[in-house]
Amino acid sequence: MNQALTPKRITFGEGGLTIVFTLTTVLCVYASIFAKDAPFAFHAALGAAFSAWAVFAIITRYSRRTGQPPQEINGVPNYNLGPIKFLSFMAMFWGIAGFTVGLYIALELAYPGLNVAQWVNFGRLRPLHTSAVVFAFGGNVLLATSFYVVQRTTRARLAGDLAPWFIAIGYNFFIVIAGTGYLLGVTQSKEYAEPEWYADLWLTIVWVTYLLVFVATLMKRKEPHIYVANWFYLAFIITIAVLHLGNNPTLPVSLLGSKSYIAWAGVQDAMFQWWYGHNAVGFFLTAGFLAIMYYFIPKRAERPVYSYRLSIIHFWALIFLYIWAGPHHLHYTALPDWTQTLGMTFSIILWMPSWGGMINGLMTLSGAWDKLRTDPVLRMMVVSVAFYGMSTFEGPMMAIKAVNSLSHYTDWTIGHVHSGALGWVGFVSFGALYCLVPWVWGRKELYSLRLVNWHFWIATLGIVLYISAMWVSGILQGLMWRAYTSLGFLEYSFIETVEAMHPFYAIRAAGGGLFLIGALIMAYNLWMTVRVGESSEAQPRVALQAAE
Amino acid sequence: MSFWNRHKIFETNSLVLIVGILLVISVGGLVEITPLFYLKSTIEKVDGIRPYTPLELAGRNVYIREGCYLCHSQMIRPLRDETERYGHYSLAAESMYDHPFQWGSKRTGPDLARVGGKYSDDWHVAHLKNPRSIVPQSVMPGYAFLAEAKVDAESLPDHLRANKMLGVPYTDEDISKAIVDVKAQIDPDSPAAADLSKRYPKAVVRNFDAQDGDPTEMDALVAYLQLLGTLVDFKLYNEKANLR
Repeated sequence: MNQALTPKRITFGEGGLTIVFTLTTVLCVYASIFAKDAPFAFHAALGAAFSAWAVFAIITRYSRRTGQPPQEINGVPNYNLGPIKFLSFMAMFWGIAGFTVGLYIALELAYPGLNVAQWVNFGRLRPLHTSAVVFAFGGNVLLATSFYVVQRTTRARLAGDLAPWFIAIGYNFFIVIAGTGYLLGVTQSKEYAEPEWYADLWLTIVWVTYLLVFVATLMKRKEPHIYVANWFYLAFIITIAVLHLGNNPTLPVSLLGSKSYIAWAGVQDAMFQWWYGHNAVGFFLTAGFLAIMYYFIPKRAERPVYSYRLSIIHFWALIFLYIWAGPHHLHYTALPDWTQTLGMTFSIILWMPSWGGMINGLMTLSGAWDKLRTDPVLRMMVVSVAFYGMSTFEGPMMAIKAVNSLSHYTDWTIGHVHSGALGWVGFVSFGALYCLVPWVWGRKELYSLRLVNWHFWIATLGIVLYISAMWVSGILQGLMWRAYTSLGFLEYSFIETVEAMHPFYAIRAAGGGLFLIGALIMAYNLWMTVRVGESSEAQPRVALQAAE
Repeated sequence: MSFWNRHKIFETNSLVLIVGILLVISVGGLVEITPLFYLKSTIEKVDGIRPYTPLELAGRNVYIREGCYLCHSQMIRPLRDETERYGHYSLAAESMYDHPFQWGSKRTGPDLARVGGKYSDDWHVAHLKNPRSIVPQSVMPGYAFLAEAKVDAESLPDHLRANKMLGVPYTDEDISKAIVDVKAQIDPDSPAAADLSKRYPKAVVRNFDAQDGDPTEMDALVAYLQLLGTLVDFKLYNEKANLR
């Protein structure tokens, strides 16, 4: 194995990144000293510490390494698993953090006395919750699985040496900047795009690197065809880049301050925002996780994808139609009617490719349905696809203007989001991590399938409590707002409708609490898998030797 | 079979796949967004709409910082119950200087698009400090700390300048007087207050939080709330003017 190593030389990436991070250390120290506001000074200090650590880490790594890792060992691709381990760990960490914050803000709505300080007021914690679950938990799951899937399905080692680590750590540094910013009141107030200009810039650099590494890996593939999961990952990476750039052009008040003003205003800003917002759902939370579905369900079920042709139609129809659906967030607003109607129409059409994808995922189990009884990991992923089907039916229905006039501004929207987020994104991520952790750590199997079973049932119960509470409260409040007395007066004052929400907010918090308990069980299970799990290589080797 | 074989070009060539994805995802956004920059109904000018005073802008930034938009919308839909509860439906022009827009997506609390003038300053200050002292069933967080925090007046000229670069019609005079203006708006008897009201019609000039000294973030936020939805005179507004 040693002769496969190339001689030790400092690489272009090591040299370049050392220089860049040295410069950013100096720049960040300067920015921190002369900052116009305290949050910016804090973030610049974090940037300086991070850059200095990066320089230290690159030099230490250089001094310890022998040569470049080989692309293949004995004809087998030498897969790069280190960044995947880090990303899987961070996914679990942020997942628990994000669910905990979610539980806390749910309790704040039921018991407002919990708003004890400006840093933990609902208005500051809510973006922390959404970003932590979507971008921190979901984002790390997507990065981890995409790095794994692209290597396996191309039979090539991940492109780049430092680049995958730069992406993995750089992305998580973005999360830290964004999250601490929310607590300190640094926000652009664009939902799911709250981070300010400097965090956005950093994310752009990380994301472009991600695109380059992903495409470079595809280009050095040993397989003639690009596997369907990679189409979805690629569409997710490209479209998120386009959306991020379109929604965030901004003018900082000062290059040494955190506040900026977005280039767009009023109607145009609203349309850009929901073009972004809906497609953050469409491409981050759907296309990316469909890629997971297309790799992990066939692998776990040991069956091929149900239909190759359906996956082609699913892919192109989904990415074409999703982009149009944004205006359904702006029904009956000052956005022109024709745009609203167009958004509604495409939202309804979108139902079809969504269910096409669901069918492709579910029918992959043809001939392997019995595994649902014995394999709780597969069951989790299959139920996630069922939730996907449910929320992609509910979504188009809520996009109909007449329905939306009732549901918009109410908890029904929150319930809809969470049936997708907890049921679909959450469960398919859990399933993928349950598969991925034993694979990348070289473990024969999970520590305990019984615990997976407990996780599955506790979390499912939590989701059911959550979404049914939100359906009832949303529809109830929507109906109360528009209720008239027989004399033609509005029947309820606004605050009476708030009061009516209380029991449902308490039930919702209980549901969220169960979901969190499930995730804690999972974290313990994965931790024990890595700590005490039996190595997957040990037994076959013994067997082989005995045979010889 | 030939149709399905044609898909091979995307599966065997990553650059073609990238170009394909880019083309397919561009269509919807271009069709829906581009016209909004030139259609009459989305760029209409309505009498009365003006840029925010420096104090209102500072208050708006507090509103954004504290995440008020997460529970309060500023967009009244043209539905009977909404126009009866909140007032005239919102016009596109009413947020034309809003970088970013604050229409919101959820009403845990009521819509605020026309809250200006509905409650007294005292009501707002007491309610913001401790919402449940005024409305016992409220689930809103308290914002007493705003009364202790001073508005960063020194930075306001830069804020106006940034807005001007993005197309908000602040004059050079507005920018140079921003620091004077922010203090004048809580000092009704000062000569600067008359000058402020001339450049910013309908600006509410009062000592909002009834504290002495420089303006606080409480002053700024209440000034912003008291302005919301008051700029257009709907007795004069011709809603047919922009119909085609």
